[in-house]
Amino acid sequence: MTDTRPHLVVIGNGMAGCRAVEEILARDKSKYRITIFGAEPRVNYNRIMLSPLLAGEKSFAEIVINDHDWYADNAITLVAGDAVTHIDRAAQTVMAKNGRVERYDKLILATGSDPFIIPVPGHTLPGVITFRDMDDVDAMLKASEGGGNAVVIGGGLLGLEAAHGLSLRGMNVTVIHLMPTLMERQLDEAAGWLLKDALEGRGQSILTGADTAEIVGANHVEGVRLKDGRLIPADIVVMAVGIRPNTRLAKEAGLAVGRGIHVDDHMTSSDANILAVGECVEHDSKVYGLVAPIWDMCRALADGLTDNHSGYKGSVTSTKLKVAGLDVFSAGDFSGGEGCEDIVLRDAARGVYKRVIVKEDKVVGAVLYGDTGDGNWYFDLLKRQEDVSDIRGALIFGQAFASGGGASANPIEAVAALSDNAEICGCNGVSKGQVMACIGGGAHTLDAVRAGCKASASCGSCTGLVENLLAFAMGDDYAGERDNKPMCKCTSFTHEEVRSLILAKTLTSIPQAMQELHWMTPDGCSSCRPALNYYLLCAWPGEHVEDPQSRYTNERMHANIQKDGTYSVVPRMWGGVTTPNELRAIADAADKYKARLVKVTGGQRLDLFGIKKEDLPAIWADLNAAGMVSGHAYGKALRTVKTCVGSEWCRFGTQDSTGLGIKAEKMTWGSWMPHKFKIAVSGCPRNCAEATIKDFGIICVDSGYQLLVGGNGGIHLRGTDLLCQVETEQEALDYCAAFIQLYREEARYLDRTAPWIERVGMEYVKARIVDDGVGRDALRARFEFSQSFSQIDPWAQRAAGEERELHHHIAEIRPFRVLEAVA
Amino acid sequence: MNYPAPEWLDIGPVEQLPALGARTLPVQGGDEIAIFRTANGSVYALINKCPHKQGPLSQGIVHDTSVTCPLHNWRISLITGQALGGDTGCVPTIPVKIEGGRIMLSRAEALAGVG
Repeated sequence: MTDTRPHLVVIGNGMAGCRAVEEILARDKSKYRITIFGAEPRVNYNRIMLSPLLAGEKSFAEIVINDHDWYADNAITLVAGDAVTHIDRAAQTVMAKNGRVERYDKLILATGSDPFIIPVPGHTLPGVITFRDMDDVDAMLKASEGGGNAVVIGGGLLGLEAAHGLSLRGMNVTVIHLMPTLMERQLDEAAGWLLKDALEGRGQSILTGADTAEIVGANHVEGVRLKDGRLIPADIVVMAVGIRPNTRLAKEAGLAVGRGIHVDDHMTSSDANILAVGECVEHDSKVYGLVAPIWDMCRALADGLTDNHSGYKGSVTSTKLKVAGLDVFSAGDFSGGEGCEDIVLRDAARGVYKRVIVKEDKVVGAVLYGDTGDGNWYFDLLKRQEDVSDIRGALIFGQAFASGGGASANPIEAVAALSDNAEICGCNGVSKGQVMACIGGGAHTLDAVRAGCKASASCGSCTGLVENLLAFAMGDDYAGERDNKPMCKCTSFTHEEVRSLILAKTLTSIPQAMQELHWMTPDGCSSCRPALNYYLLCAWPGEHVEDPQSRYTNERMHANIQKDGTYSVVPRMWGGVTTPNELRAIADAADKYKARLVKVTGGQRLDLFGIKKEDLPAIWADLNAAGMVSGHAYGKALRTVKTCVGSEWCRFGTQDSTGLGIKAEKMTWGSWMPHKFKIAVSGCPRNCAEATIKDFGIICVDSGYQLLVGGNGGIHLRGTDLLCQVETEQEALDYCAAFIQLYREEARYLDRTAPWIERVGMEYVKARIVDDGVGRDALRARFEFSQSFSQIDPWAQRAAGEERELHHHIAEIRPFRVLEAVA
Repeated sequence: MNYPAPEWLDIGPVEQLPALGARTLPVQGGDEIAIFRTANGSVYALINKCPHKQGPLSQGIVHDTSVTCPLHNWRISLITGQALGGDTGCVPTIPVKIEGGRIMLSRAEALAGVG
């Protein structure tokens, strides 16, 4: 009976050809009659396993992929040891060396690649072999029987595998590599160096930057001469400098060929009946030499041949290898470059080097040496283009530490896993073992460790690691510095460290501070940027240049954003006192700008709700015209000074609390703070102005003024502590200014006075403000200096047209046209 | 007369976008769009509504390729519109490109919300 099914002929009995057939059979077992031609006289084997075969770790039987039964079971005709020499596209036939002719309906070229032989003098001498197939391995095994010298030309993957095998077979091996580091296509310089070091430790000679001049010998290889004149004796020379796609048949048949046989997404060549797959093809200008892309190609090819066109989209490749028993992994782009950040972990004692390259919060490359366990995970993150910003801190420690997001990332376990020789502090060359010894010797705080072994005492970028080691060594006993957290995950410095470094290093801009302080993110986050902006303006009031993009929207817009995206506007009412004219202006503004609510605030002023951001400059201009300025109800700044009517009107009043409140507000308005700051002045101990829950409270008594600090309402109600009592208004104001400046200079951003005082203690505040008269005057003077730059009404500036783009749309889209904003 | 609608809408010169900042673009009858510019100059466009409580993302702090919503500090990817970190939600993105110094916005997505 004649088989009438279409005839599928495959040229190439290697990994790609057989895999393509397997994929086709898996989809449709009976669609094609199949013939496979193979140049080698054997069944399909795993070419990747030639190295273990050479090293004696595997036998040929163990590396066979498809044995004779597979061909028989699937009714595949195998023509092994008879290479196809010609394709006749017009007749749709192939002809083999021995004259066999087969007609095809579909032809698959899976001719693979050939080793590249550098044409130096002597390259044709007996004893010069390549490392590509079983015959090469047999030749190497035969040569190694007598021991002797082997030279491997090429320090890439294949060359190192050959060198390793020959070394294990008892030969004295020298590797000659043209490039400065080994496996430069898969490994970066650091990993390449580690690999060289390890291989030399195993007795191989590795010559990098070595250029072969000639292979010398009379009738057989005797040695290799380098261009620098060195002669390396050799009984065999293995050429492993690279491979090139085998395109000879395709070229002769007139198919489109570039570096490889040109194919489309369905692996079809320029002839619709001829397909190609594997190392011999060029897809989308790329040629692949690794197995994973070849499997992808085989799937696309099989889909196409069984009428289910899926298409091959190209492959992102990774290399995970054991080179001479050493684990190596690389994936993606590790050349670095603009926008790329490197996260590096080195553990010299364990021989581990890890480098993950992150670009725009995504892994774009990875190089692992010595510990490749997480290679697949990094590769997965790379392929999925996953945002890794949340796990960035633990990323380099691997999946176990970083998976599931930041919450489960345990940096203490990560430092525990480091070896004693792992370097902790690069500046001072301090190892984990030295830090642990220092802690063991009684250094139980960060400062003690810094003093004891200098770790983290220079640039400080390893502070986080040292703290983790403290926590690891001391367990729960290391609770003392829980407060001492880094500012945010962008840095390992605490707020206090950042502030003191800004002064010590004269850092004046956010990008400069981030650079000098080793920020771990390119431009910070919404937590550290506003903090840095504040610290800089506090440190350098005269020079500071505002970064509006590092302000919360309320401070950028000088109004309070509401949940519907509109803003509320609160003009300042000095000491809670207003006038009919001001009230009329407010009423007019409320009408004109369609305020949907007018509300009396807790701070004794009026709040206009529902103002659009476009209308803000105009409403401010109107309020300015009536003599009012910004109330800073939106800022981490001096908010209000709340007062009672005091001695002027109240029968209990002891002093002019209203007048003092106005003076205090005139003195302090416009000052930026770590958090909002409220003042109140009550005219008698009945305390109608609620001064005992303000950041700074004054209670007037017959004999003078009680000064109270550190109160707030809010979630955690805290009553004030008594700072001291003073006799005059001027003293009250001076102490107020000094206290504010101490808070401004020393509290963490977003700490109100209450938690700050809880942390530093009332005794400390008293010592600085009450006991130290000179210090108090200096603080007050610094506050006044700062105020000389900050008491400018931001509303007036905006009403005059500054930063108008913040209040305008860039354009507007209407049906059929775009209206650009009028500049 | 009916001219074929262009695929890309010219919104104006790119200098109008501050680095690490955003501008808004109302769409008559549709959803307002926020156009962002990152530190390295990349430009992205999202519907100006946080997936959480519709906060105006244009008013948030832009860092790296994300924006933190001014209302409740949700962090939104400028690239995908997805909420980052522990939050889930997504805001539509609008393809945008810079051509000859002009911001070009994909018409189809920009007008997607127009009823």
